[in-house]
Amino acid sequence: MLRYTISRLLQAVIVILVMSLLLYMLIGLMPGDPVENMLEGNPSLTPAVVAQMRALYGVDQPLYIRYGHWLYSALQGDFGYSSVYFRPVLVVLGPAVLQTAKLLVATQVISIPLAMFLGALAARKPGGWMDNFVSLFAFASISLPGFWTSLILIIVFAVKLGWLPASGTPLMTDAALSQQLLHMILPVTVLTFFHVGPLVRYVRASMIETLNSDFIRTARAKGLSETTVLVRHALRNALIPLVTVLALSFGTLFSGALVVETIFGMLGMGKVIYDAISNIDFNLALVGLLLATIVTLLSSLLADLAYAWLDPRIVLK
Amino acid sequence: MSIVTAEKPIIRPRGASIWSMRWGRFRRNPIAMISLGFLLILTLACAMAGPIEGAMGINHNSANLYIRFQEPSSRHWLGTDDLGRDVLLRLLFGGRVSIAVGLLATLITAVIGITIGVIAGYVGGKLDSILMRMTDCIIALPLIPLLIVLGAVDLSKIGLSREAATSPAAVFLRIVVIIALVDWTTIARIARAGTMSVRNVDYVRAATVSGASGRYNVFVHILPNIATPLIVAMTLSVGRIILFESTLSFLGFGIVPPTPTWGNMLTNAQELILSAPLLAVYPGILIFATVMAVNFVGDGIRSALDPREDGRH
Repeated sequence: MLRYTISRLLQAVIVILVMSLLLYMLIGLMPGDPVENMLEGNPSLTPAVVAQMRALYGVDQPLYIRYGHWLYSALQGDFGYSSVYFRPVLVVLGPAVLQTAKLLVATQVISIPLAMFLGALAARKPGGWMDNFVSLFAFASISLPGFWTSLILIIVFAVKLGWLPASGTPLMTDAALSQQLLHMILPVTVLTFFHVGPLVRYVRASMIETLNSDFIRTARAKGLSETTVLVRHALRNALIPLVTVLALSFGTLFSGALVVETIFGMLGMGKVIYDAISNIDFNLALVGLLLATIVTLLSSLLADLAYAWLDPRIVLK
Repeated sequence: MSIVTAEKPIIRPRGASIWSMRWGRFRRNPIAMISLGFLLILTLACAMAGPIEGAMGINHNSANLYIRFQEPSSRHWLGTDDLGRDVLLRLLFGGRVSIAVGLLATLITAVIGITIGVIAGYVGGKLDSILMRMTDCIIALPLIPLLIVLGAVDLSKIGLSREAATSPAAVFLRIVVIIALVDWTTIARIARAGTMSVRNVDYVRAATVSGASGRYNVFVHILPNIATPLIVAMTLSVGRIILFESTLSFLGFGIVPPTPTWGNMLTNAQELILSAPLLAVYPGILIFATVMAVNFVGDGIRSALDPREDGRH
């Protein structure tokens, strides 16, 4: 187990390095370059000065050399400045990480029990009307474009009814908790609906499998009530595969968060990354994306470890 | 020889091919049939967008500010948008893009995925574990941010001329390629799992022993035998790719105006949400209905091709 963990961690480090190189190259292929963007709209500069600036910032060098320089300073903790916010990248990203974490945690807290409930309900009688309804719900969940659901919810609840705010986040530090929660309702609803569909299908499949196993037959034969069998015996065991699915879903969920944050104007990681790419803020986009990638990889590593820990039948090699 | 005759399927009715039996099972699935009908009508309507435009005597891209925000009428069935353009016509033209991207990117996705999956499954060993670790990494990545970066790439920096880089054809192909680059993982995993189970079946071993090359085995024995799950996966992939495309176009990193797509029509609608909320409704309903129909058809194909699995998944 320890051996496995260490080798997976080493692999993760390699993957992160490769991803950082890949992302650096891709971001280098975005239009313009840092100096060009900085000097845009300043007509008094002569070409000579521009060339000097390029040399000063190292932009005249090929991408791989620039990557080397970037990596060298990044490893020393210097991730550079954001060209849009004029502040160190990490200072910009800090509050954004917190914002997105709140959004994703809230989504998980609602999604997991909901998926368990619906999945167990559907699995009780495969092919029954409840099962068909839940499966229709799951189909709708994976077919609905999240950005459109957001727009429709804004039209209904913010524009027509005026019950909920359509956009913006109050500054998280000084706004009242009720205000913060109010702003979370629509985004979390969209994300939950988007997230629950695939989860329900896993819970259902896993429940059906568990319900067919011997220990459930034993539990029933002992004369336990159906609810006890379903909740105490089946659901607990059916949840083991769900742990993996949950950890692996981080990437998809983050994608959803980007869309939702952009539409609702929440300053989370997703929106910061989106704005950084839109405004060609090289440093910010790079570090933001890299951070998202690292968290994703770690959560998938965590998934494997948790799986082995929860289910002793699994041996990691 | 005797073994071959003995293993001939007994249950197959005389004269019915396996595909006609499958079609028969698919046809008995009302939801899948309705979905298929919807998709066929939609595709036909979108394909006819050009002639319809000609018959109406208007252009889906040219503005006419005298007729902005019109209510639905006999001339403009779904009304007009903020520039006085016919909404229905733009929806049809947008559908052409979405459907074309969905089909084309799925084809490329399938080629990449099947190649990687079959190689990993057939060769096995170190190559397999490297390829699969790579696949796992990509599955876990946040794909939308990655696609946005890929969509932001300035094609003139990789050798295209300025005009070629911003031409509609380049923009269209770019979105097809970048989506295919991130979406092949599901198909690769299915292809690998299938290949591994078929590879060790006796008749493949027998073929190997009698001197069949790896390529022969793959094309004659393995691919036909793993086709079923792959067809299902490809169908579902069409729906997912349409969602990717519309999301990217909505965010401004996919197909850009004036070319209409369901995604970028919604970008516009978001700005007009107070004055013309209905504009935000139509494109979304079409995306939703199309993806839902594709998923239903995929589900129908799955149970038609593999009746044993029915109701288990």
